Amino acid sequence: MATLNDDYLKYPKRSYGMDHDRYKWTMLQNRKTIQWPEGNKIALWVNVGLQFFPLNQKGIPFKVPGGMTKPYPDLRHYSLRDYGNRVGLYRFLKAFDKYNITPTFAINTRLAERLPYVLGTIKERGDEIICHGYDMDKLHYGGQDIAKETDLVKRSVDGLRDLSGQAVTGWISPAKNESENTPDILAANGIQYFCDWVNDDMPYDFKTKNGNLTAMPLPTELDDYFIINNNLHSAQDWAEQVEDAFDFLVKESETMGGRILGLNIHPWVLGQPHRIQYLERVLERLGSQTEVWSTSGSAIAAAWKDQQ
Amino acid sequence: MKEDPGYYDYWPYENRPKIEWPNGAKVAFWVAPNIEFYELNPPDNPFRKPWPQPTPALPGYTSRDWGNRVGHVRQMELLDKYSIRGSISLSTALCDHHPEIIELCKERNWEFFSHGIYNTRYTYGMTEGQEREMIKDSIETIYKHTGQKCAGYLAPALSHSENTLDLFAEVGTELFGDEAGFYSCDLFHDDQPTPIHLKSGKRFVSIPYSLEMNDTIAYLVQKITPRRYGKELMDNFDRLYAEGDESGTIMCIPTHNYQVTNAHRIKAYEEALEYITGHSDVWVTTGKEIAQYFLDNHYDVALADIELKKQKYGNA
Repeated sequence: MATLNDDYLKYPKRSYGMDHDRYKWTMLQNRKTIQWPEGNKIALWVNVGLQFFPLNQKGIPFKVPGGMTKPYPDLRHYSLRDYGNRVGLYRFLKAFDKYNITPTFAINTRLAERLPYVLGTIKERGDEIICHGYDMDKLHYGGQDIAKETDLVKRSVDGLRDLSGQAVTGWISPAKNESENTPDILAANGIQYFCDWVNDDMPYDFKTKNGNLTAMPLPTELDDYFIINNNLHSAQDWAEQVEDAFDFLVKESETMGGRILGLNIHPWVLGQPHRIQYLERVLERLGSQTEVWSTSGSAIAAAWKDQQ
Repeated sequence: MKEDPGYYDYWPYENRPKIEWPNGAKVAFWVAPNIEFYELNPPDNPFRKPWPQPTPALPGYTSRDWGNRVGHVRQMELLDKYSIRGSISLSTALCDHHPEIIELCKERNWEFFSHGIYNTRYTYGMTEGQEREMIKDSIETIYKHTGQKCAGYLAPALSHSENTLDLFAEVGTELFGDEAGFYSCDLFHDDQPTPIHLKSGKRFVSIPYSLEMNDTIAYLVQKITPRRYGKELMDNFDRLYAEGDESGTIMCIPTHNYQVTNAHRIKAYEEALEYITGHSDVWVTTGKEIAQYFLDNHYDVALADIELKKQKYGNA
C-alpha cells in the first residue's frame, strides 16, 4: 500500500477564519438584519437559465451537468434542451405575467447570438438579463489559462451587452464552476454580483483583486434541474420543497430580518407540459402573498448593498 | 488484508440479555450533528480524490461552508427547542477556524467527539505512526478547546485503516486513562451496543450511529425527498420503540448542517424530532452517555452471553 508523506499531517491554513482570503468568516445569525422595501419579508428572485448546450461538446475539464452524455451526435439531449427555448420558455412567460412575477434571465451569450427572437422578447419585456457564460460547454475551471479565461469572459459579457443593450452586471458560471481567477476577471469586466458560491442565504462581500463583488445566494439545492434530474424527484416534490422553504424563510424573517428565496429554473425542465402546472402552483402561491417582493437579482443586490 | 475486521463476534438479535435503559426507557435516542471543515485545496491522497473538479471545486466546498455559516445555528435552535443535546462529530480543525461554533456548543454542554482533523484528510495510506499522531492531535485539540476528554470516534470521512479502532482506544488511554477513547461510531452492524475486541483488551463499545438515518446518505446518495426523509426517521423510531419493550434499543440521527437545515428540509426534520421526543419512554441522551451506561451496566453480561453463544454454535 502506498504511504503518505508526513506533509499530509501538516495544516498550514489551520487558523482563525477561512482557508482562503476571499471573504470574512461570519455566521448569518450574527449579521445586521436587512429590511426589504415596504416591509416585505421575502425577496423572491426567480432566475431563468436560458442555455445553449452545443452538440459538439468538448467537456473540458468535465462534462457539464445537463450536457451531452451519449456519443456524437447526441440528438436526444441536444434537442430536449432546445425544447426549453422553443416551447417551455413561452409557458414560463405566460405564468410570470399571470402571477405578477418579475423574472431575471441568465443567458448564455451564444444563445443570444443564435436566437435574436428570444433575446428580443426578453428585451421588450424589460426583464433583467445577466450573463451565464458563453455557452454551457465553455467552463471556467481551476488551472485554466488566465489570458484565455479573460478573453472568454470579455467575449461573453461584452457580447451580451451589445446584443441586449443592458448593463449586464450579474453573472453565473456554467455549472457554477470557476477558476481561481474567475472572480478577479469578472470584477475587472464590470460584473457587480455573481451567484456561483452557494455558501450563504444572504448576500455578502466577496474580495477580488479588482474590488468587491456581491456574492448572491441562488441555492443549487432548490434548482429544478438538481431536484428533478439529479435527485430524480417529481415536479410536485419540487413544488413542495419550494413551499416548505418559503414557509421556513418567512418564519425566520420574523426575528432575523429580510430573507431571499432564490429559484433557479430552466424551461427545458419545468417547461414540460406535465410539469408546468407545478411551477404555476408555486408562482400563484408566492405571487399572492403580501410579504413577497418579486424582483430582479440586481434590485436585491442593490437593496442589500444600500444597508451595509 | 483480512476477510473480516475481527472486531466482534456473531450475536443474533434474539434472546439477548435484556438491556434496561434509565427510567425504563425503550429507546436511547441521540442526535449527532457532524460539524466539519472541508478544505478548498486539500493535499492529494492516492486512494481518494477530495473533490471531483479541479481546485477550486466550488459546488462541494461552498455547500459545506453554508453548513457552518447558516445551518449550524438553525439546527442548534431546533435541538434546543426539543431539549436535545447534540453529540458533535467534529472536524477538530474547526476549533481553530470557527471557535464561535465551538463556544455555542460548549454553552449547551454538548458532547464533542473526534472526526479527525479535516474531512478532506483521509486515513487511507497513513502509516500506523501517522494515524496515531492524527488521532492524538484531534483528542488533544478537543481537550484544549472544550475541556472534554474525547470518548468517541468517527473516522474522518469514514476513512479507516486496520488499526483505527485500536489506535483511538490506545491514544485515549495514553492521554486520559479509561475516561477517553471508549466508543466507536464506525460500525453499522447492529441496533444495540456491541463489545469490541481490541489488541489492548480495553473495555470498548460500538454504539449504533446509523448510516441509513444519516441525512447525507439520504439526500446525497439515496436522493430522497425531505418529506420522505422525515417519514423514514419516524418509521425507524416506531420500530425501535416497539422492540425496545423487549430490550432497549438505540436510535441515532447523524446530521450535517449543510443538508438537514436547508430551508426546504428543516421542516421535515423538525416534525420527526417533535414526534420522537413526544414519546414518553425515550431516553434523550448523547453517544458518550449511552456508551458509559452500557459499559457500567450491561457490558459484562453481554460479553458472557456472546462467549456462551460462540461456544454453543461455533459462529465466527
